[in-house]
Amino acid sequence: METSIWRALFYLVGIMAFAGLNAAYLGWCERKGAARIQRRIGPCEAGFAGLLQPLADGLKLMSKQLLVPQGVDGIIFRVAPVLAMIPAITSMVVIPFSGNIEARAMELSVLLLFALASLGMMAILLGGWASGNKYAIISSARAVSQNLAYEIPMLVTVITIVMISGSMNLREIALNQMGGFWHWNIFRLENGHFLTMWISFIIFFICSVAETNRAPFDMAEAESELVAGFMTEYGSMGFGLFMMGEYLNIVVGACLTTTLFLGGWDCPFGKTPGVWWFLIKIYMLIFTFIWIRWTYPRTQIYRLLNLSWKILIPFSLANLLITAALIKVF
Amino acid sequence: MTVPISLRHDETFVLNLGPQHPATHGVLRVILTLDGEYVVKAEPVLGYVHRMHEKLAEGGTFAQFMPNTARMDYLHALAFNHGWALVVEKAAGIEVPERAEYIRVITVELNRIASHLLWWAAFLLDLGGFTPLLYAFDDREKIIDLLERVTGSRLTYCYMRFGGVYNDIDDEFITGTRAFIKRLRSRMPRFYHDLVTHNIILIKRIKDIGIITPEQCRRYGATGPVARGSGISYDIRKNEPYSVYPEFDFDVPVFDECDSMARYMVRMHEMEQSLRIIEQALDKLPDGPVMGKAPKVLKPEAGYYYSAVETARGSLGYRLICDGGKNPYKLKLRSPTFSNLSLFGEVAEGMLLADALAFMGSLDLVIPEIDR
Amino acid sequence: MSGYWSDIFTGSKSLVTGLLITGREFFKPVVTEQYPYEVPTMTPLFRGHIELIGNEATGQPNCVVCGMCQRACPSTCISLDGKKAEGEGAKGKVLTSYVLDFTKCSLCGSCVESCNFNALRFSKEYNLASFDKNDFIMDLLKRLEDQNRCKQ
Repeated sequence: METSIWRALFYLVGIMAFAGLNAAYLGWCERKGAARIQRRIGPCEAGFAGLLQPLADGLKLMSKQLLVPQGVDGIIFRVAPVLAMIPAITSMVVIPFSGNIEARAMELSVLLLFALASLGMMAILLGGWASGNKYAIISSARAVSQNLAYEIPMLVTVITIVMISGSMNLREIALNQMGGFWHWNIFRLENGHFLTMWISFIIFFICSVAETNRAPFDMAEAESELVAGFMTEYGSMGFGLFMMGEYLNIVVGACLTTTLFLGGWDCPFGKTPGVWWFLIKIYMLIFTFIWIRWTYPRTQIYRLLNLSWKILIPFSLANLLITAALIKVF
Repeated sequence: MTVPISLRHDETFVLNLGPQHPATHGVLRVILTLDGEYVVKAEPVLGYVHRMHEKLAEGGTFAQFMPNTARMDYLHALAFNHGWALVVEKAAGIEVPERAEYIRVITVELNRIASHLLWWAAFLLDLGGFTPLLYAFDDREKIIDLLERVTGSRLTYCYMRFGGVYNDIDDEFITGTRAFIKRLRSRMPRFYHDLVTHNIILIKRIKDIGIITPEQCRRYGATGPVARGSGISYDIRKNEPYSVYPEFDFDVPVFDECDSMARYMVRMHEMEQSLRIIEQALDKLPDGPVMGKAPKVLKPEAGYYYSAVETARGSLGYRLICDGGKNPYKLKLRSPTFSNLSLFGEVAEGMLLADALAFMGSLDLVIPEIDR
Repeated sequence: MSGYWSDIFTGSKSLVTGLLITGREFFKPVVTEQYPYEVPTMTPLFRGHIELIGNEATGQPNCVVCGMCQRACPSTCISLDGKKAEGEGAKGKVLTSYVLDFTKCSLCGSCVESCNFNALRFSKEYNLASFDKNDFIMDLLKRLEDQNRCKQ
């Protein structure tokens, strides 16, 4: 990889554009998707089919007063929303969109992504704590315990993938799955892995839904019983940045799932791999996120932790052992 | 999940589940004393919507009170109309023709289904499921369109008169109602039971939450689905029958588990039983006038009169004191939700906050009815 | 412990069933009515605010100013006025003003029901929104005159 300045600039602009467009238009997708599930039309007045709605929402948010309440920790309060966006955008540096499109190929890119995810969780904790509001603190404490509990099965599942692919480089993992859907990690028809890989996929998917604080695991933010959780004290753009950070986390989660399990940029029939397949796959996963959100009610916090500690972790550990045994045998 | 109070340490703070709610119950204020997330004490404060209906009744004639009855519980307004018509007809000795009685039963039961649909939608909204709201409202629109065809109003009906009903029903209403019964019966297993009732997240969320023992029900006078979910089989339509209910064959669902799931199932089954009643009423509908002989200016004999009806929330009682004049001397309503809500303070102790709110949703509160 | 496995299996099955139901609904047409592009028609018995019924031939209101509607109204929102009929052989009163205070009206129908002279009916107006309270103090005689003029 040449290190010319043009390449760096191209990727900088490209990633910011991708992130920005996604953050804005995922909101539109969600509202339209929710509306269609509920047999109604979503936004339809602002522009054709409501496509200018995110622009209108952004303008509205920007025009509001950025209220910083008295008694909050000044610096942390202002930094927390920005900190929510940073890991999501930075994660896109190592994601292989295609054979040729990858900003930086690192040997330990999987580890980097998980480290950045924890940083995102820090942003929620800081945002809630800096607000100085007792409901915000309760809600961010809940969010931290939820994120922690769900990172463990996620990591254990990723270990199985790393064992099969033999590398922590996302590009290598994706290249290992080229050639048609039977090579993808979710199916893995060779060596008998197909018995357990689909369980890994389901566990990983549930964990990504929980990590990004989406329904049915959204206790931290959609406390419709009380107030808006850790985002209570945030005004216009602070709230906007948190929401954009959440959508970008969803995109990164979908990209990670695609790369690890669904073959990255591979065509299902092995013919013409390319970036379009990658994009199709991540948007189908994002649609599934939206689909799940609008179907189920919210769980309870203790049931959520129950699910992780008592169901997901034993299953993922058993999965790890079986995969290790299969690798040893075959 | 409840924890005995003695095990907790002493740091509590007071949270005001203020009169303005993101949830849909109405203007209710609950002063919660919380210890972390556990409710130590819950005290509902009422009176934010007190509009002095009972005093207003004394200022006008009997007929002039009819629109007020609909404003109290706007979700089951026809039952409130019905109760008022019954008590005044009892006082003045007015006969109601058969056709009018049947029409009253059909419209009241349709309204009961609409009320339970809205309860279901709001309950699930509280729990975080946004989509079932719209599926329930799809069905509720059909009911409201039918009732609009007959009464002219969509929510606050002023349809019943002393001696019958105001308008007659036509054939389009009958075919529309039969089509609606078929439609709801076909939609119930899929959209209501498969999507929600059997959903593991919902079951875990409301099973074993909010246990109300039958003894607590009796002490607070809880009626309706709240009592029937705790094993007390009491339904005014069966135990103190009024109107033409004895002619219909329907069951009163009673569940013994005493938790929120039992109350949920009682209401779902009640919807099915209401559909049965409407079907039988449409089959047996007699011809005839819809308005009996009633004097223009009512002057009932002095005395104490009481009549009770079964609304979607419980047993509603009207106690009327007449003194021989044109206006009522005193009117008192026994509001079902008031007694149901009184349970909240005792049962919510020791619950987690989110569970307490799910319990409140399962009680089916309509605050204007409490405050009158 | 026995609940563990059955929970997982029945739970997953219920979750997938739920997803399939909402997934199917995604592809079905919308059930909402797109107002203001699709305007609803009101049913015959719809209760809009009341209006005066005019005589078929003369266009004059049927009202004889008996005041029954004013007495029957629980909210005292009707105020009407009449003067003695002029001309030879003319009996009774003629309506000079009929004002409905719609801010107090509860659409109970007592006025329409109590009128023995077929002078009142419900209109089909549902599009009532305004920034000014005075728009709801309705002059029903003027409304009748406007309707007569439109009919010609």
